[in-house]
Amino acid sequence: MTVFPMSSPPPLAVPPIVNPHQAATVGAPRKAVALISGGLDSMLAARLILDQGIHVEGINFYTGFCVEGHTHAIRHHERAKPKRNNALWTAEQLGIKLHIIDVIEEYKDVVINPKHGYGANLNPCLDCKGFMVRKAREWMEQHGFDFIITGEVLGQRPMSQRRDTMPVVARESGAFDRLLRPLCARLLPETLPEREGWVDRHKLLEFNGRSRKPQMALAEKYGFQEYAQPAGGCCFLTNQQYSHKLADMWATRGSKQYEFDDIMLLKVGRHLRPRPHFKLIVARDDGENNFLDGYRKRFIHLHATSHEGPLALIDGTANDEDIELAARLTARFGKGREAETVILTVTDTAGNSRELKVAPMPANNIPPEWYL
Amino acid sequence: MTHFVLDARQLLCPLPVIRAQNRVAELSPGDTLEVQATDPGALHDIPAWCRVHGHEVLETRQEGHEVIVRLRVVA
Repeated sequence: MTVFPMSSPPPLAVPPIVNPHQAATVGAPRKAVALISGGLDSMLAARLILDQGIHVEGINFYTGFCVEGHTHAIRHHERAKPKRNNALWTAEQLGIKLHIIDVIEEYKDVVINPKHGYGANLNPCLDCKGFMVRKAREWMEQHGFDFIITGEVLGQRPMSQRRDTMPVVARESGAFDRLLRPLCARLLPETLPEREGWVDRHKLLEFNGRSRKPQMALAEKYGFQEYAQPAGGCCFLTNQQYSHKLADMWATRGSKQYEFDDIMLLKVGRHLRPRPHFKLIVARDDGENNFLDGYRKRFIHLHATSHEGPLALIDGTANDEDIELAARLTARFGKGREAETVILTVTDTAGNSRELKVAPMPANNIPPEWYL
Repeated sequence: MTHFVLDARQLLCPLPVIRAQNRVAELSPGDTLEVQATDPGALHDIPAWCRVHGHEVLETRQEGHEVIVRLRVVA
């Protein structure tokens, strides 16, 4: 990972107005585009700027790794909980428009080739923030907006929200001093909206560090009660187990590439790799069964017929011996796990099915390292 | 005023919302759009998106595993 010096950040020049639409807004109410994640910080940042009479619209990027929604949509037991998209909910609370942008394809380069490296897992947080601010900057220019706001707090995140890396985001995104972080702006050099008097710097904040108490106090002041507090963050790439599965996929394929379906499948089911040349994806409940069912034609797949049990997909190449091993594992996760034998149907990618009778594999015969 | 249908089945949220948003951007005020989805989240997310953008939700319903949201584009 690149190490940045702890000296003062370099001065960030005011870029020229690149869009004639922006020039036309002189004298009109200033407009800010706010990165809205669905969490509390971006909600507070947007509210602070709304309170200064700025027209704010939200932007939210869908990378494919967003935790938002998916687990909820797939896993059966999660469906009992009330469902909402937190970014949309935030926008509704704030009374602003929200534009959700599909960046799945463009985001691959961020994940595969992060200039600044990964964090504790396969999370390219600094590159990710730079990418999102750059996309917001492009949107700002296309739509005649004046500046960008984020909910970043100095010192809150180990990669992207440090005093030395915040200027990197501003510079590499091309946003320069049109990027305003209202929650910690008073700890940072003045930005264009402050210098020009579009916003009053004295009404901005100086939040610093990992404590959430100042945000919670401000939320209480504003009467925000139901804001999202994702315990594991909003991105699967910060999840150790997910990153392990992604690393395993890259290692076994011999290249750091992925398609959208790959990263979706990594979110679903138990993943076991009993042999280097194949892994097994086993549904954990009805919701995952339904989800994997949509993919079954692309994989050799198995399900028990003598007992209730999960659908399992074989990802990779498998000979008869491998398929029998996969069948024993699949039987292990069904209601026939204690039975002497379980009958399964195995279907290949051409749609040809056959029956297989196997003994379920005892739990203690499954080496822990098979679980990804 | 024209009626359009968008097939967003087999997509997980927020993709049905994104597809609806992008389709609405191509339509004219008064046009109606029926979004068909299979992610139950679309039942709430698409109306929420309509509310923040000022579009009118005409109907939401579930038919088996399918979710239908009909909306009218407002200027």
